[in-house]
Amino acid sequence: MSIPADLKYTPSHEWVRVEADGTLTVGITHHAQDLLGDMVFIENPAAGRTLAKGEECAVVESVKAASDVYAPVAGEVIAANGDVEASPEAVNKDAYAAWMFKIKPANPADVNELLDAAAYQKLVESEAH
Amino acid sequence: MNQAALKQTPLNATHRELGAKMVDFGGWDMPVNYGSQLSEHHAVRSGCGLFDVSHMLPLDIRGANVRAFLRRLVANNVDKLQVSGKALYSCMLNEAGGVIDDLILYFMDENWFRLVVNAGTAEKDLAWMEKMNADWGMGLTLTPRRDLAMIAIQGPDATRVLNEALPGVDPITSTLKPFNAAAMGEMFIARTGYTGEDGFEAMVPAKSAPFFWKALMEAGGKPIGLGARDTLRLEAGMNLYGQDMDETTSPLESGLAWTVDLKTERDFVGRRALEASEVTKQLAGLVLLDKGVLRSHQKVHTRHGEGEITSGTFSPTMQQSIALARIPLGIAPGEDVEVEIRDKKLRAKVVKYPFVRNGKILI
Repeated sequence: MSIPADLKYTPSHEWVRVEADGTLTVGITHHAQDLLGDMVFIENPAAGRTLAKGEECAVVESVKAASDVYAPVAGEVIAANGDVEASPEAVNKDAYAAWMFKIKPANPADVNELLDAAAYQKLVESEAH
Repeated sequence: MNQAALKQTPLNATHRELGAKMVDFGGWDMPVNYGSQLSEHHAVRSGCGLFDVSHMLPLDIRGANVRAFLRRLVANNVDKLQVSGKALYSCMLNEAGGVIDDLILYFMDENWFRLVVNAGTAEKDLAWMEKMNADWGMGLTLTPRRDLAMIAIQGPDATRVLNEALPGVDPITSTLKPFNAAAMGEMFIARTGYTGEDGFEAMVPAKSAPFFWKALMEAGGKPIGLGARDTLRLEAGMNLYGQDMDETTSPLESGLAWTVDLKTERDFVGRRALEASEVTKQLAGLVLLDKGVLRSHQKVHTRHGEGEITSGTFSPTMQQSIALARIPLGIAPGEDVEVEIRDKKLRAKVVKYPFVRNGKILI
């Protein structure tokens, strides 16, 4: 259950859900929150901001450490989740419910370059060794 | 990571059974948390937490010259220790006045002091002490006590938990004053800690440590990892070696002037360098006013110039970010400074620390 099959992933541990209208919802994976521990601060990109693929666009901080969140594809931020900024612990409770921001991708085909669940699973396993 | 190369404490298997998340901590395989660092932190402030601190090294120094040796070796004055079991916190300095390590010394008798030194510096400390022992012709015996495990029992409920776990300890827990220790058979029990709460640090033979740990848990003690140990000590305003001070920093610029005895004529290593040096910085507390988390090495801008955060975290008790920072002298509590966090400058207030003691916020 920690790597849902219906989502896409990045090597930097973001998850991406492709919505029916082609927009993307982004968060950090269960594995990422597990590595970081108790979340205490989240900063999302402002709606309207244009992102390049791989651009540092958000920050998640646990008691232990700060970690950057990267844009999974190029696009425009169309929404940011104020609820997770107010309650960062939501990411620890359910990383896939606690989305961070939504993007309208510049090129819808870019999502095909993201990892599927099986590929992400392999990546997590390889990093454990 | 080669796990086989990591050193293990006598409680390693116990931590694994408890499902701890283990990390490489300066070459030791140690628990960083047993689930949630935040709950562990709160457990110590409100109840009783158990810490495996067996990676730290107890060191016995024996011989007729032990007091004379320590008078020269450390910056605080061991002549403050006249009653058996009394403890002293001190820095051990190099000739340049930098901090080789911070340690606790227990006076046992005129032929025996016990020291506890940091894990990461233990070998370096031992080599330094052996060299001084030889150079000064002291003829002392230094015995590292890796045969002992060390468990810290901390929090408002610590006395009850220890009494319940260890039958017969009552006469010690009911009379032992803070910063004092007493022997009980093969055990050594000190009323010391690194959390800002009441509590004990108990040294026990390594082979009895797992049984003792379980008894403490059955009495209500909660296992606490190194993650919460760091947030607790920072709230308590206690320095961490390697972060808040090291061989390149003066104790007088690290919030440790109170541990350096310059009143007596005693000649100790580093004294001349300290007296020749000009103190231009201070260690100050910071509370972040904007949203974010202060971390070590972030730059601090003050009206007297730049400084740097040495330890920063999110304070679970205060629910905001706090830090220790080395900043220019002349910046007083109550003043605002700016901290560079990523591409922003955030507002922080200078405060007098500790931030939290005995469960209460002092800021």
